[in-house]
Amino acid sequence: MSSEWPLWEIFIRGQHGLNHRHVGSLHAPDAEMAIRNARDVYTRRNEGVSIWVVRSNDITASSPSEKGPLYDPSNSKVYRHPTFFDIPDEVGHM
Amino acid sequence: MYAQMVKSEGSKSRDEMTPEEIAFQERIDRNEKIEPKEWMPEGYRKTLIRQIGQHAHSEIVGQLPEGNWITRAPTLERKAILLAKVQDEAGHGLYLYCAAETLGVSRDELLEKLHSGNMKYSSIFNYPTLTWADMGAVGWLVDGAAIMNQVPLQRTSYGPYSRAMIRICKEESFHQRQGYDIMMKMCAGTPEQKAMAQDALNRFWYPALMMFGPSDKDSVHSAQSMAWKIKMNTNDELRQKFVDQTVPQAEYLGLTVPDPDLKWNEEKGGYDFSEPDWSEFFAVIAGNGPCNAERLGARVKAWEDGAWFRDGLMAHAAKADERARAARHAAE
Ligand SMILES: [Fe+2]
Ligand SMILES: [Fe+2]
Ligand SMILES: [Fe+2]
Repeated sequence: MSSEWPLWEIFIRGQHGLNHRHVGSLHAPDAEMAIRNARDVYTRRNEGVSIWVVRSNDITASSPSEKGPLYDPSNSKVYRHPTFFDIPDEVGHM
Repeated sequence: MYAQMVKSEGSKSRDEMTPEEIAFQERIDRNEKIEPKEWMPEGYRKTLIRQIGQHAHSEIVGQLPEGNWITRAPTLERKAILLAKVQDEAGHGLYLYCAAETLGVSRDELLEKLHSGNMKYSSIFNYPTLTWADMGAVGWLVDGAAIMNQVPLQRTSYGPYSRAMIRICKEESFHQRQGYDIMMKMCAGTPEQKAMAQDALNRFWYPALMMFGPSDKDSVHSAQSMAWKIKMNTNDELRQKFVDQTVPQAEYLGLTVPDPDLKWNEEKGGYDFSEPDWSEFFAVIAGNGPCNAERLGARVKAWEDGAWFRDGLMAHAAKADERARAARHAAE
């Protein structure tokens, strides 16, 4: 039986108050082992306080060719940035 | 280096390139990172798989010469340190295998190619570690040479490879320092201990210089890899840097670099030194070094002896999945 262990994506919360962040991937037979292996592979120097593991196959990614349609429309919406508006100095900090 | 003599593909002049290839090269020239699912020339992908794979194999095989001394470290503290160092190397191998896998090769394929001799690992790990001083020499010189190569690779064009290198570099300086620390201890010890340190330097000096690969004049695959930014410096540049950095460190230890022609060259601002014996290098790469058979044999044995365990855990996971599905079904 040649059954390669599935690939898992590993997300680690570096400190309390921060988001989990993708740090890499590893192979493991199941979720529990993925967490144990992630502890050894990605947190040997106190890099984390919490680990998420997700099977790589369960992740759906946007395709690089969609870059234009997905992100270009926001280029023209400059009014979403506070610097678009001129507020007179007399008004004070806003 | 950890990836010596990686065969590069697809060296093309600009007017032979397709528009896609030109756009790709321009992204690299702008220092944009290339990410896994993006378009890339087939030669770029293949060369990277070879290079990252060879690097990963080196990290894994590189555990063997040091693992050899874990049970015989002179104190409990040295043992714990060496264990942590060797564990880091396992981690380095895993980061790199994952980076290679983003290019569409599977872990099993990579391991199969290592085990069948179709992929190489660094020549340095085919030398024996005979005494405790060798643990000092390996950390100081071998990890030192690895760092020389890996620091610039943090800026390599392929995103996953670059990120793996950044992680690895953070961990490497501990490796080099623990090695140098062993050397300092040995050199401050009895005359016999100092002689062991000198002997270790004598044996590892030239093999460490070989880690950077053949001289630039014989290095045929460099140009394309440098254009793609998967090789950042030439072999001779890095070797020179390594010698310039290491000689004063040897002097501090009171050890003699085993090269009668080593001397400072004021004009070039670096040392002149003797080339290693390249016929030895090519023999080791071809499989005829002192420990090639032993190293590869140990890897193959570990893989084969572990098969029942890997399969057992997969069978357990499949059963647990099945049970969970049945329970959900019953609840509906
Ligand atoms: Fe390493
Ligand atoms: Fe290392
Ligand atoms: Fe390395």
